[in-house]
Amino acid sequence: MGNALEITGLVKTYGDGFEALRGIDLHVAEGDFFALLGPNGAGKSTTLGIVCSLVNKSSGSVKVFGHDIDTELSAAKLNLGVVPQEFNFNQFEKVFDIVTTQAGYYGIPLARAKVSAERYLRKLGLWEKRDSPARMLSGGMKRRLMIARALVHEPKLLILDEPTAGVDIELRRSMWTFLEEMNRQGTTIILTTHYLEEAEALCRNIAIIDHGKILKHTSKRALLQQLSVETFILDTDLTSQEVPQLQGFATRLNEEGALEVDVEKAQSLNGVFVELERLGIKVLSMRTKANRLEELFLRLVEDNARDREAQA
Amino acid sequence: MSPHAMFTAFATIVLREVRRFTRIWPQTLLPPAVTMTLYFVIFGNLIGSRIGDMGGFEYMSFITPGLIMMSVITSSYANVVSSFFSMKFQRSIEELLVSPVPNSVILVGYVAGGMARGLGVGLIVTLLSLAFTRLDIHNLPVMILTVFLTSALFSLGGFINAMLATKFDDISIVPTFILTPLTYLGGVFYSIQMLPEFWQAVSMANPILYMVNAFRYGILGVSDVHVGVSLGMIVLFIAILSVVSLRLLKRGKGIRH
Repeated sequence: MGNALEITGLVKTYGDGFEALRGIDLHVAEGDFFALLGPNGAGKSTTLGIVCSLVNKSSGSVKVFGHDIDTELSAAKLNLGVVPQEFNFNQFEKVFDIVTTQAGYYGIPLARAKVSAERYLRKLGLWEKRDSPARMLSGGMKRRLMIARALVHEPKLLILDEPTAGVDIELRRSMWTFLEEMNRQGTTIILTTHYLEEAEALCRNIAIIDHGKILKHTSKRALLQQLSVETFILDTDLTSQEVPQLQGFATRLNEEGALEVDVEKAQSLNGVFVELERLGIKVLSMRTKANRLEELFLRLVEDNARDREAQA
Repeated sequence: MSPHAMFTAFATIVLREVRRFTRIWPQTLLPPAVTMTLYFVIFGNLIGSRIGDMGGFEYMSFITPGLIMMSVITSSYANVVSSFFSMKFQRSIEELLVSPVPNSVILVGYVAGGMARGLGVGLIVTLLSLAFTRLDIHNLPVMILTVFLTSALFSLGGFINAMLATKFDDISIVPTFILTPLTYLGGVFYSIQMLPEFWQAVSMANPILYMVNAFRYGILGVSDVHVGVSLGMIVLFIAILSVVSLRLLKRGKGIRH
C-alpha cells in the first residue's frame, strides 16, 4: 500500500518572520490511524492547514495519495475531508443544507448529495436536527456536524484537528467508536489531539512535533516500549490512608484512594502480588494507568526545550 | 474537476446565495422597494411635476431608468460584499477553500449570486415604477445587456471589497463614500448637458454615468454618451476587476495565512 500523505521538507515562515515549520518530513500510510501530537503552537495546525490549502507553504512538498498539491491540487483535495478545530460553518444555515452544500462543492449533484448527507447525519445522530439552524445545536452536535460535512464526499483521507475538544466523555467515546469504524472500512485518519489518552486508544502511528520540528515519528508500540516503567492501579481492601510499602516497588495512593504501583521493565508483576500477600492486602481489581503516552510526550517535549536552551 | 462537476459546484454557490438573500428578504428585497417608491413619489411626482421636462421627457420618465439602475448597482454590490465577508468572518469560507472548486468558479458563482439579487431587485423596482410612469422600451437588447453587465461589474466590485476588508467598517466605507456619491453624480437625476463644460468632463470619469446612460438609451432612446462607448467601458471595467479578483483569490488575500 502507498502513502496517503507524504510531506517532505515542509517550511512555513509567517509574514512576521515566525518560523512555524522548520523543514518537517512526515508520511502516513494508506489505511493508518495516525496522531500528530505536540504542545500549543508546535506547528500541528499549520501542517494540517497546508495539507488542506488553508495555509500557504513557504517551501517543501505535500502529496495526498500521490497527488502533489502544487501541480494536482484538485485531485489531492478530492481525496481529503477536513474537520477543523474551530466551528467554521454558517451558524444561520440549516444542518442539512450545510452538508449538501459541501457535497455540491465537490461536484456531487444534489440528488446524490441528499442521500449521502442523510447517511452521515443518521450515523452521527443528527438526522432529527436536519432542519435546525446550526446555531441551535449543542457543542457536541456541532462537532459531529463538522464530521458529517467532512465525510459527505467520502474522502479516502480524513483529517481531524482536535475533534473531541470540549466534548463530554460519553460523546467522546461514541466518536472514537465511529472513527474506529471509519478506519476499519478503509478511511485513513489523521488527528491532532490534546487528549493523549485518545491517541493511545485510537492510533497505530504517532508523530510528535515541537517548535516546528518532528521529534518522533514512529509506531505507538515502539514509542511505548521506550517507557522503562509501567504504572498499575490496584483497587484494594485497604482502609487506612497510610501508603503500604512494597519492597522493590514505588507506591502511592491516588486521588481516589487506589494504590498505584510502578513496575520497572526488568521486574515481574508477580513480585507485586507476593508483597501484597505478605502485607495481607487483598486486590479487588487492577488496571494499567492509561496516560503512558502522556509521560513520554512530556519527556520528549521537555528534552527538546532543554536542548533548545543549551543551543541558545 | 470535470466540467460537469464544476457546473455543479457553480450551481451550489448560486443556490446558496439565492437561499441566503431570500431567507433575509426584509433586509435584502424590501428596503430597495420602499426607498425607490419614496424616490418615485417625492422626486418624480411631487418635485418632478415642478421641474418639467428633462432631456425631452417628463422628469419621472427621465429618472426611472436611473433609479432602476441605482437599485441594481447597490443590491449587486451589497450582496457579494456582505455574503463573502460574512463567510470570511465566520470562517465558513474554509468550506470552499478545502474543496476542489477552482478560483474562477468561486468568483463566477459569487458574481452570479450578486446578479441574481441585483436583477431581482431591479425587476421589483421596474414593476413598482409602472405604478408611476409608462415604460416604452426603445431597445430591449441594449437594455438587457446593460443591466446584466452592470450587475456583473458591481458584483465584482463587492467581491474585491470583501476580499480586502478586515473588519465590518471596511465593507460600509466603499458603498457610503464612493458608490453612493458616484451613483448620485452619475446622471440618475439630471442630464449632464445641464452642467458647465468642466463638470461635464469630470462626469465622464464616473463609470456609473456610462451604465445609467446606456440603460436610459435602452428605455428612452436618449443618452449623454454614445451607447457603444458605454457598453465598451462596462466590459473594460469587468475585465479589469475580474483579473484583480482572480489575483486576490490566488494569493489568498485575507482568506489564507
